[in-house]
Amino acid sequence: MKHLKKALALAALMAAVNANAQTELTVYTAVEAEDLKKYAARFNEDHPDIKINWVRDSTGVITARLLAEKENPQADVVWGLAGTSLLLLKNEGMLTPYAPEGLEKLSPKFRDRDETPSWVGMDAWMAAVCVNTIEAEKNNLPMPTSWQDLTNPVYRGHVVMPNPNSSGTGFLDVSAWLQLMGEDKGWEFMDGLHQNISRYTHSGSKPCKMAASGETSIGVSFAFRGARLKEKGAPLELVFPEEGLGWEVEATAIVDGTDKLEAAQTLVDWSITRQAMEMYNEGYAIVAMPGVAQPVEHFPANAEALIIDNDFGWAASNREAILTEWARRYDGKSEAK
Amino acid sequence: MPSFHPGKTFMMDSSVPLTSPSRRAGALSELRQRVTGRWLFALLLVLGCAVLSLLVLAPLYTLLSKSVENKAGDFVGLDNFAHYLSSGGIESAFFNSLWVAGLSTLVVVGLAFMAAWALTRTRLPMTGWIRGVLVLPILAPSLLPAISLVYLFGNQGVLKSWLFGAEIYGPIGIIMGSCFWTFPHALMILLTAMDNADGRHYEAATALKASPWRTFWTVTVPGARYGLVSAAFVVFTLVITDFGVPKVIGGQFDVLATDIYKQVIGQQKFEMGAVVSVLLLLPAMLAFLADRYVQRKQSASFTARSVPYRPRRDHRRDVIGAVMLAPTILFILAIIGMAVYASFVTFWPYNLELSLNNYQFGRMDGGGWGAYTNSLQMALGTMVIGTLLVFFNAWLMERTPQPRLLTGVFQFLSLLPLAVPGLVLGLSYIFFFNHPDNPINGIYGTLFILILCTVSHFYAVSHLTAVTALKQLDQEFEAVGESLKASRWRVLFTVTLPLCLPAILDVALYLFVNAMTTVSAVVFLYGHDSQLASVAVLNMDEAGDIAPAAAMAILITTTCAAAKLIQGGLRFWVDRSTRAWRQGTE
Repeated sequence: MKHLKKALALAALMAAVNANAQTELTVYTAVEAEDLKKYAARFNEDHPDIKINWVRDSTGVITARLLAEKENPQADVVWGLAGTSLLLLKNEGMLTPYAPEGLEKLSPKFRDRDETPSWVGMDAWMAAVCVNTIEAEKNNLPMPTSWQDLTNPVYRGHVVMPNPNSSGTGFLDVSAWLQLMGEDKGWEFMDGLHQNISRYTHSGSKPCKMAASGETSIGVSFAFRGARLKEKGAPLELVFPEEGLGWEVEATAIVDGTDKLEAAQTLVDWSITRQAMEMYNEGYAIVAMPGVAQPVEHFPANAEALIIDNDFGWAASNREAILTEWARRYDGKSEAK
Repeated sequence: MPSFHPGKTFMMDSSVPLTSPSRRAGALSELRQRVTGRWLFALLLVLGCAVLSLLVLAPLYTLLSKSVENKAGDFVGLDNFAHYLSSGGIESAFFNSLWVAGLSTLVVVGLAFMAAWALTRTRLPMTGWIRGVLVLPILAPSLLPAISLVYLFGNQGVLKSWLFGAEIYGPIGIIMGSCFWTFPHALMILLTAMDNADGRHYEAATALKASPWRTFWTVTVPGARYGLVSAAFVVFTLVITDFGVPKVIGGQFDVLATDIYKQVIGQQKFEMGAVVSVLLLLPAMLAFLADRYVQRKQSASFTARSVPYRPRRDHRRDVIGAVMLAPTILFILAIIGMAVYASFVTFWPYNLELSLNNYQFGRMDGGGWGAYTNSLQMALGTMVIGTLLVFFNAWLMERTPQPRLLTGVFQFLSLLPLAVPGLVLGLSYIFFFNHPDNPINGIYGTLFILILCTVSHFYAVSHLTAVTALKQLDQEFEAVGESLKASRWRVLFTVTLPLCLPAILDVALYLFVNAMTTVSAVVFLYGHDSQLASVAVLNMDEAGDIAPAAAMAILITTTCAAAKLIQGGLRFWVDRSTRAWRQGTE
């Protein structure tokens, strides 16, 4: 009995110590699973008292999950989700605005424009075209250098891109084309491209994966995935079309109603430190703090110059109309075959 | 595996007169007892309905009610439906869904019936192993056939020429993938329906000099009628509501189920997702009504007087059986074999060097071994809770006196989950179980909610299997029990349960393996410490690590196969240890 009491007391004490020592934060993220351990470990080097519990899934699933949990949010922090998704959450009143330490060092493109921002940026992921060199040679395809090239009939049936109705990456491309070329020219370009598309996928990384495994010669996708696949041995060439690239900011935000606000703020503070930026730079060529980024293998050296001046406000408010028009023109179901 | 043929002893028992001529004095109290007994059983089934309402109906309502609301949550009537239907082209998506599901159903039910016939009406050797191979698809996560189909028939596929220039990405891929994963569902129902055949019908047919062909059409097919309709209903509904296969391999071939994905995951429009879900319920509802209609005409095929059927020696018939099994077995082995190969390849198709590296799960992201242990715990929990719930409820429904309306309501509730895509169920669970006013919202994010969700998700087929098994027992068992003063409970434990043990083991295995492989619903519900192996497979594939994804999928499949072996062993043991009892009068 005595022993039991002692053990219980000890256990209670341990629990108390643990509770003091560690605050646990539930962090929702769409960052690649392979990077999560690294992110948490680097953060813990500076803040060993905060434990990160990751819940990770693809951008679409995590966004849907956050929205569905609106009445009773489970996440304390969102670290690594698309700006477009965070904008949705902000409009639903699900984010707590917070101005982290060092906010002024971020490029204005990489933060919510409000004075006290609802989200702050980490890095940018940008569009890229994955070309399988072996299949391209087999099919006698010249290496494309621009978006316009992709409408060349020589590529007929060799291009795969994500459906913007299913994938954020797909929408990023479409919105970039419309901004780059203007509405009329933009749709005209897509009409031409549509002739060459062999299929539209539901996932943004799929076209590049299909190019990597030779299921298609050319996949319109994003640079990060292409670079990783290249490292793994895929015979890919990443093409960054000269007209300009669509891109999307990956960002951090505090979920409204968290009861661990202090720890959440600590994490957001850390997420925009120079150290964090250097960490993002290991996988992404463009980060939110100007002057930090070093060239990354497989990415172009002048990445920052290649991305377009993306008007996220315009893209968000026109999203519905663009998607409807896109579906009307190209969706398989509206195509009387 | 030898199948379980109960029955001989009961030929004796059934000769006991039903109205025992004694104890007139006790008649009144007996009547009272019967009435209270009736109430008790009805009450228990009402409770069963309540549990299913909590697990299925209430969560679904929270999501489907959004179909008549706008984004802000105001009631807008049928505006969303009008908007969706007028967005154009919906007819072709609906039509695509119907014909793909219809054709898959025809193929699967046809093949499954042929397989079930070969397994139960011929004397082929090694039926235990054959059964094992035939259920392999259910043991594998859905991504596995997708990877294999691409490796087999994709642009770099080894068998690409077999498609004569057609593309795997589209209806062909969807039908192949759907047939692969729904086949065991159909087989399980048909085997349960055909395992216990009455030998006397076949004797009569032989005595009447009916040809084997005629016997087949007049004895075998009518006997399996209920199973055939149920299997068709199940396969059709599974295919039409599944978005996993069309999403991965369907290319841009539009079906209704992928529309849910587009609306909910692509554009976060829950209300439009709800609209499509409601539309998807319609064909499933029709299938349900057809099923009810046929079921009403079904009576027990295996009565207390039945004699277990044992096929006579007939080589020609056995050869026909083997021919009928061969294509299915080959197809399944090709798919699984390709996946096993894929898990060893370094980088398909450009570096075909084989290595074991992909099996080092500890070094992998996505949870590794931790996720695997979570999956095991979740599957075991689902198996125990699910089997108890399913079988007890099915017994109440089939073997106790119940008002007809109540059994109708219960049947509807138990089949409803079948018509609900996993994605919809998962989201519904968030809305319902995570609501601040829900007194049990504490279970959200735990392993327990994953278990509940998985039990509900796979309730329908388990329920159908249990009901089919229970239906085959003659109602006289209870009547005899009553006349012998044995309560229904006693009949349950001494007769019904032992007779149904094989079906119970089937249900347990079904729940276990589905819990190991399921993705679509649980992807919304796992917490930071309840990552699942099946989700890890998907994440690895998403990241382009196809070989490690295949390796993890193979690990899951192996685990499920081990479970199947244990289950097979148990079935064998049950069979052996009850043989003396069953053959006591011989």
